[in-house]
This record gives sequence, C-alpha cells and structure tokens, in this order.
Amino acid sequence: MRVKVLFFASMREQLGRPSEEIELPASINTVGALRDHLRARGGVWETSFAPNRAVRAAVNQDMAQGNASIKTGDEVAFFPPVTGG
Amino acid sequence: MKISVQREDFDLGLEVRTISRNSKIGAVASFIGLVRDVRMTLEHYPGMTENAIRKIVEEAAGRWQVMDCTVIHRYGELEPNDQIVLVAVASAHRGDAFAACEFIMDYLKTRAPFWKKEHRGAAATWVEAKAADDDAADRWNK
Repeated sequence: MRVKVLFFASMREQLGRPSEEIELPASINTVGALRDHLRARGGVWETSFAPNRAVRAAVNQDMAQGNASIKTGDEVAFFPPVTGG
Repeated sequence: MKISVQREDFDLGLEVRTISRNSKIGAVASFIGLVRDVRMTLEHYPGMTENAIRKIVEEAAGRWQVMDCTVIHRYGELEPNDQIVLVAVASAHRGDAFAACEFIMDYLKTRAPFWKKEHRGAAATWVEAKAADDDAADRWNK
C-alpha cells in the first residue's frame, strides 16, 4: 500500500525532506510499525526515530498513537512534541 | 467561531468587538501570547492546525457556555514583543469565559501542531516541549 509521510520541524531538518510517498508491505499497517520501518533505514532515520526520542504522530491530520491503523492513501505525519502558543 | 492561522498581526480591540455584538453576551475573556526576548520562526502543519484548534474549541464549548470564540495563531518570522496568539471567549458570565479561555490556551500548547525555532545570533535552535505544559493541560481532566 501507498502512504504519504510528512515530517515537521527538527525532524524535517534532520531527515532532509518535508514529505515522502512510501510503498509499504501490507504488514506495516500501524503508526508504530511504520515508525519501526523508517528507523530500520539506519543513519539519520535511526537517530530521529530512536525509541528514546519523543516522536508524535498524526494520521490524516488527527493526533494518533502507535497502535493507530494506517491504510493506503493515508497521510501520516511524524513530528516532535508541539511548542506553539 | 473564528479560527485563523496567519502570518499577519491581529488587533485585539477589533476581535473583541466582533464577538461582543450579541446582547446576551455579558463577558469576554481574552489572552494574548507574546514573543519574549528572542527572534523566532514558527512552523505549523497546514490543515491539521486549524482542525486541531477547532476540536479544542468544541471541547471547551461542551464544558462551558461559549457563545462565541476567536482563536488566531501566527506563524512565520516573529520579533521580540510581537503578538503570537489570541484566544477570546464570549459568554453570558465571566466564570465560563475565563475558564474556557484558559482551557483553550492550555490545550493549544500541547495539541496544536506548531513548533518554535529560536534565533540567537547565527545559532538557531528548536524549542523543547515543557512538561509543565502537559501538566497544565492534564489538570483539566482531574
């Protein structure tokens, strides 16, 4: 399946891109599985998605936890904890 | 209800007058957040930001009487003393207006997708989220 992945703030800078279209195996069907899948790319991906890093996620522009499911066509975003206001 | 995520500055007086026109309204509480002593860039997640703020306002309206509400949050380059955010809540009485205004601000700090980057000389650093902001949002659920 195909999903659009977005990155914001420090993660966007570390990963060197604001977004990416990714073709995923059917087994990668949750936010947590996608996070692990990206971390396995190594290098900056391993650093940005390290287990001890606070990473927040959204699916189709709604905050989502690791167990949230993802399906083809979804927009999944990863970003650090928010600091607005 | 008005929610705006914008580069431009805003005018408190104009925004308060706009939500005060209904004669059933007896109280308007407002909050403005300002840039302190350092230049910054604010990034956000277009689309999600507006949706997240709308949900926060709807949740406030489920807890208190919110007769009208305006939330404006700026993004882009901001200088010391610039206005960043406005929350203004109109209600019949002050208790609801004060509480809803503070709740919206506390939730916005932890749930609206904005990120601040501070510029000091040539150095630019992303602001770290504060545990105190999570605590401020959590106390509304006690």
